[in-house]
Amino acid sequence: MDTPAAQWRVPEVRLLGSTLTAGAAMPFLALLVVGIVFPLFGGGYWGLIATRACVYWVLVSGLNLIVGFAGQIAIGWVALLTLGAYTTSVLAAGNAMPALPPFAALAIAAVAGGLFGLIIGLPALRLRTFYFAITTLGFATIVTQVALAWQSVTGGGVGVAGPIFPQPFSSQWGFYYLCFGAAAICTWMTANVAASRFGRALTAIRDAEVAAEASGISKPGLLTTVFVFSGALAAVAGGLFASLQSYITPDAFTLDLSVLFFIAILIGGRGSILGPLLGTILLTVLPEFAAPLVAWSTFLYAVLLLVIVLAVPGGIAELLDFKNRRPLESHRAIVPRPELLHRLVGTAPDAGALTLERVALNFGGVRAIDGLDLEIRSGQVHGLIGPNGSGKTTTLNVISGYYAQQSGSVRLNGAALPVLARHRRAHVRIARTFQTPRIVGSASVLQNVMIGGTIDGRATFAEAMLSLPRHRRDEAMLHDAAMLALATVGLERLASVRADRLQHSELRFIEIARALMLRPAFLLLDEPAAGLSAEEIGRLGALLVAIARAGTGLLVVEHHPDLIFDICHHITVLNLGKMLAAGTPAEIRSHREVVNAYLGG
Amino acid sequence: MVESIVSTGVAIGCVYALIGITYNVMFSASRVFSFTAGTLGMLGGVLGALFIGHMGVPVALGFLLVLVAGAVFGIVTEIVAVRPVLRSLDQHLYVLSTLALALIVQQFTAIEWGTDARPFPRLFDLARGAFDQQFWLPMLACAAVIVGLELLYRYTLVGRAFLAIAEDTYAARALGLPERRLRMASYALAGAIGALAGFAGGEMLLAFFGNAPLLTFYGFVPVALGGMGSNRGAVVAGLLLGLFQQASNFLVGGIFASVAVFSVFIIVLLVRPEGLAGTSLQRRV
Repeated sequence: MDTPAAQWRVPEVRLLGSTLTAGAAMPFLALLVVGIVFPLFGGGYWGLIATRACVYWVLVSGLNLIVGFAGQIAIGWVALLTLGAYTTSVLAAGNAMPALPPFAALAIAAVAGGLFGLIIGLPALRLRTFYFAITTLGFATIVTQVALAWQSVTGGGVGVAGPIFPQPFSSQWGFYYLCFGAAAICTWMTANVAASRFGRALTAIRDAEVAAEASGISKPGLLTTVFVFSGALAAVAGGLFASLQSYITPDAFTLDLSVLFFIAILIGGRGSILGPLLGTILLTVLPEFAAPLVAWSTFLYAVLLLVIVLAVPGGIAELLDFKNRRPLESHRAIVPRPELLHRLVGTAPDAGALTLERVALNFGGVRAIDGLDLEIRSGQVHGLIGPNGSGKTTTLNVISGYYAQQSGSVRLNGAALPVLARHRRAHVRIARTFQTPRIVGSASVLQNVMIGGTIDGRATFAEAMLSLPRHRRDEAMLHDAAMLALATVGLERLASVRADRLQHSELRFIEIARALMLRPAFLLLDEPAAGLSAEEIGRLGALLVAIARAGTGLLVVEHHPDLIFDICHHITVLNLGKMLAAGTPAEIRSHREVVNAYLGG
Repeated sequence: MVESIVSTGVAIGCVYALIGITYNVMFSASRVFSFTAGTLGMLGGVLGALFIGHMGVPVALGFLLVLVAGAVFGIVTEIVAVRPVLRSLDQHLYVLSTLALALIVQQFTAIEWGTDARPFPRLFDLARGAFDQQFWLPMLACAAVIVGLELLYRYTLVGRAFLAIAEDTYAARALGLPERRLRMASYALAGAIGALAGFAGGEMLLAFFGNAPLLTFYGFVPVALGGMGSNRGAVVAGLLLGLFQQASNFLVGGIFASVAVFSVFIIVLLVRPEGLAGTSLQRRV
């Protein structure tokens, strides 16, 4: 039987096992063909340039996951190229120990690169952007100093001969095909990662970190993996680079190269594979057309970087994104279809209750929450209302692990939830939305919703990278579930549109769809009706009631009394962090203090 | 030997501290760390050698010109790389825009001045001694800047306005302070301090374009360890860094000295991301 979800699927081709759509794969195929037939046309010198472009891309493809996808500003990545080049050369030349075959040396360099990628990457897990950028810069300056000073091994300023790979890779074109093959494999692998739940999770870390955490994405785990992978690729590029140069000295690894890699990604556009690939080719080839400019190339790259940052932050990828220039329909109505809910979330078993016991939290001297008791039962809508600053959002942040309460506990069916373990909340099926929608603007609506289901994927990073069957099953499952979630909230027609083109009210419903991907036992909504029209609020109310009826427990922080009194089974009124009143809507409506303090006469 | 370690260490530490203060002055006016801090230090050395050594300008005039050039570059930084991205939603763009500007200047220097380290002229015609001018000049510069900033912040209206902007930009704007002009003034001040650092340390560091990334990194270490925005923390951490670097240079040799500095930096930041003296900020959702 054809499920409704299957009808919405975009036609796909399985290209080399990866899930690229036909249109998106065309430029890659064209480049593949050009690369294969290149030796028939290119002269000797152009062969060198083409080989260099391939070597650079091996590094840039990995760095792209860090800079372009995860948004971590690693400016000193040349350090890993240096490390890989020296490790391969020194081991193959036998300076430090008996000489190894070049490929074995390259493999060891890859391992070392992965290790150092991890070491450089560690600060990114804790530090702010600039701090991380500066640590990578510091690492780059130090690696060069070590290469200069450790003369007995690296040859100091004199340098060391690069490895020569055995037949058939020792000839110019043989070596070209080796590098081209490596570049093609890197393209395929990183494109697979980019199109997987890991790629989407990386962009979520970049653009909407709190939403990534709320979806159960573990930033340390994912970034660590990417740093190791990218470090290994950079070191392999280093080994190939040393062989291409045939002789290396510390001078060959200036910060200029780092800048080139970095700018190739930014020119290409963040979150794209094709853009940075074209950027790398462009930047490698460009100086060859303007010989007098070679001395000025880094200067010009730097000017280019400034222009791009200030004028076209989206890079080539955005310029090539014709699909998203088509105007959207102007009067779009969001019409949720709650009847699809049971297919999405199934009939959840009674999840019990989420309880707060005497929770208290101070900010400095301010009592944000002052001994609050709360019980949210599954299948019910619990409203949390009160004036601004009464502690509503703070309560929500304590439940979802963004703030640590100073006393009291949050319990799920009696078991205390660990404080501050944000990304663990998704694993116990507690989902949330945010007061200001947190979405990945440059990703499609569908991809944004799929982020919500990240923890339900079973394939490992390696399986996704190689596009193995389990990964493809994950993708199909997440795709279908996300389409169903979008249909449920009434946005399936916008699935392929860039999320930042949508209206505010639509973003609110995307957040709900993303939260539904977790099949939540409890769903926390922070002012879901803010910015919605009266008609939309009515539909939102019906959707929330349906979600509760399907078995989920809802906690709704809201200012619209009509919505609250309409949909809630139980209401808690907060004032100055304390419970002012609690009861059924009817009880609250007639509660004298509440009417005086908050609802107005 | 100990004497030499201490005098070199303290002197170079003073240069790091001054670059740290350069970061801080820019940061407190705009909440932006700029990659141009080390570039300013490099420019101080190169321009000093250019004006005084090559063009034969008198020392006092040359010194003044270097400070003015630093201030002008500071203002250019504010206009070109900081102001446009402060309005942008993506707050991390400043990392890239200031990096780009720093690289532009660094590369221009490399091409026009050359990639070799060139000597910096001796400023005073004094005999070389154990406590040479190349050591006491940075110390004097550092002390002068600290005292000067303290007086500025404490006793002048402009200085108090700087503090107000640093404390709360929105409140300061609401009070009618000319936020943009004050930010430009801060960047000019930071530019002069950064150039002063490179000028005073010129004889030790030489006139070399490659000093830019080195100073950008080693000048940031005091900021990170001393707590951002804290000038006192930057001075203490800068001096410690200089001494530590020179001591390990002498004890274990050049390679491992830089590795040691880097390792300490990473470890301290991983254990205390807010710096040794700083306080952590509450994160907001």
